[in-house]
Amino acid sequence: MPRQEECLYTKEHEWVFRDGDEIVVGITDFAQGELGDIVYVDMGEAGRQVNSGDPIGDIESVKAVAQVYAPVAGEVTAVNEALADSPEMVNQDPFGEGWLVRMKPADPADLDALMDHEAYRKFLEEEGH
Amino acid sequence: MSQPEGGAAPLRKTPLHERHVALGARMVPFAGYEMPVQYSGVIEEHRAVRTAAGLFDVSHMGEFRLRGKDAVRFADFLVPTSIARLEPGRVAYSGLLTERGTFVDDVLVYRIAEDEVLFVVNAANLAKDREWFLAHRDGFDVEFTDESDRTALIALQGPRSKEILAGLAEGFDARAQKYYRWATGRVAGRPAMASRTGYTGEIGFEIFLAPDDAPAVWDALLEAGRDLGLLPAGLGARDTLRLEAAMPLYGNDIDETTTPLEADLEFIVHWDKEGFLGREALLGQREAGVPRKRVGFEVRGRGIARHGHPVWLDGERVSEVTSGTMAPFLGKAIGMTYLPAHRAEPGVEIEIEVRGRRLQAVTVPLPFYRRPKKRSRRNQDGGAA
Repeated sequence: MPRQEECLYTKEHEWVFRDGDEIVVGITDFAQGELGDIVYVDMGEAGRQVNSGDPIGDIESVKAVAQVYAPVAGEVTAVNEALADSPEMVNQDPFGEGWLVRMKPADPADLDALMDHEAYRKFLEEEGH
Repeated sequence: MSQPEGGAAPLRKTPLHERHVALGARMVPFAGYEMPVQYSGVIEEHRAVRTAAGLFDVSHMGEFRLRGKDAVRFADFLVPTSIARLEPGRVAYSGLLTERGTFVDDVLVYRIAEDEVLFVVNAANLAKDREWFLAHRDGFDVEFTDESDRTALIALQGPRSKEILAGLAEGFDARAQKYYRWATGRVAGRPAMASRTGYTGEIGFEIFLAPDDAPAVWDALLEAGRDLGLLPAGLGARDTLRLEAAMPLYGNDIDETTTPLEADLEFIVHWDKEGFLGREALLGQREAGVPRKRVGFEVRGRGIARHGHPVWLDGERVSEVTSGTMAPFLGKAIGMTYLPAHRAEPGVEIEIEVRGRRLQAVTVPLPFYRRPKKRSRRNQDGGAA
């Protein structure tokens, strides 16, 4: 399970953890808290090519629907199948068992555009959270 | 839930606002008020109401009082349900109807006395309803008072609600109080009216209080229910609870385009009563046949249908989902919509379009959830405002 300090972050409140030449993507603790009780996760199929910013899946809480966006361009190499039956894992363990997808970035240099933990913390503060 | 009106106006606060903030509630705009949408979590709160009890601040609801010689006659003009036959001490679910027989609002009507009637109306419709009452008052000897700002309303709902309230009630017997009856007395030492009504499908009470008394009563109820599993519950759980119980939400499931016959609420129409707004239109619709009817459905497989999603029947787009959610207690995605009357029956296969994808669904009998009953009762659990 990645430590939050080791992750990169998007403005859509996703975390990205580098694992070899792949990345693991999830939503942050802040994002799961905002959504509330998550009851449905659909991250589609593995094997898709996506562009940076493409919607790659839906997370639904009792009251809200949130889309998840690709943090960088690349291939979705795996989706967390366990979330189909246990979507609440995203609430309970957003940086661990509640991971969403693995991706192989088209260009690892694209990751440089993401925020580090300190920058994300400041981003949250600026957003008023 | 409907969206707040306007947007520019500052949000109003209920007398319990400080309590919600202290309890860590997430506050959201609703019908011009800042209201708690959840405290500990929608699912936990929903389950508490089904298995123990939940406490809701519904002070945003509106209260209109009619007094005078024609109070009952005026009420009987405004709603299709007979108020003349509603004995003092009783409550009825009904609707304000247009000349077309469609809903201006759904309401609870309290027969207070021979010459006194209290209406509880939806917060989102408060201004519209007030205008409606005032616009139709001519020719009736009646005094109309909007008491919304001087009335706090707390809903205590769930199987443990009777014992929780009974321990704090003076002057009335909460344990013996029957469904859709009201009583007055004191709750936690404060003057109160309590009715056996609610919007959850459970046994429960709605407790009317003076705004200044509401925080102390709220605290006393939470304290009395602590060991019984009582939780404060927000608008999120209120919505999932009422949907499981198939109670319509104004603005979603019923509005000024739907009649009680279409909404499967014909029980509010007392056909033998004459001279109420919308009667001719309803008679005409009964004669001609209802074009569409409200139905419930369950989603098969994965996915959640929500308000506004298109509904397909036999390859044709026929309507939209009026309410839809994941039902926390049932563990499945449910919803309501309208289907052509000849297909409005359980077991009909429909499709719900969700972000370009078609979900398979099947119509089911309403309500989705019926509380377990210890003994047979004749009262039908209808809707509530």
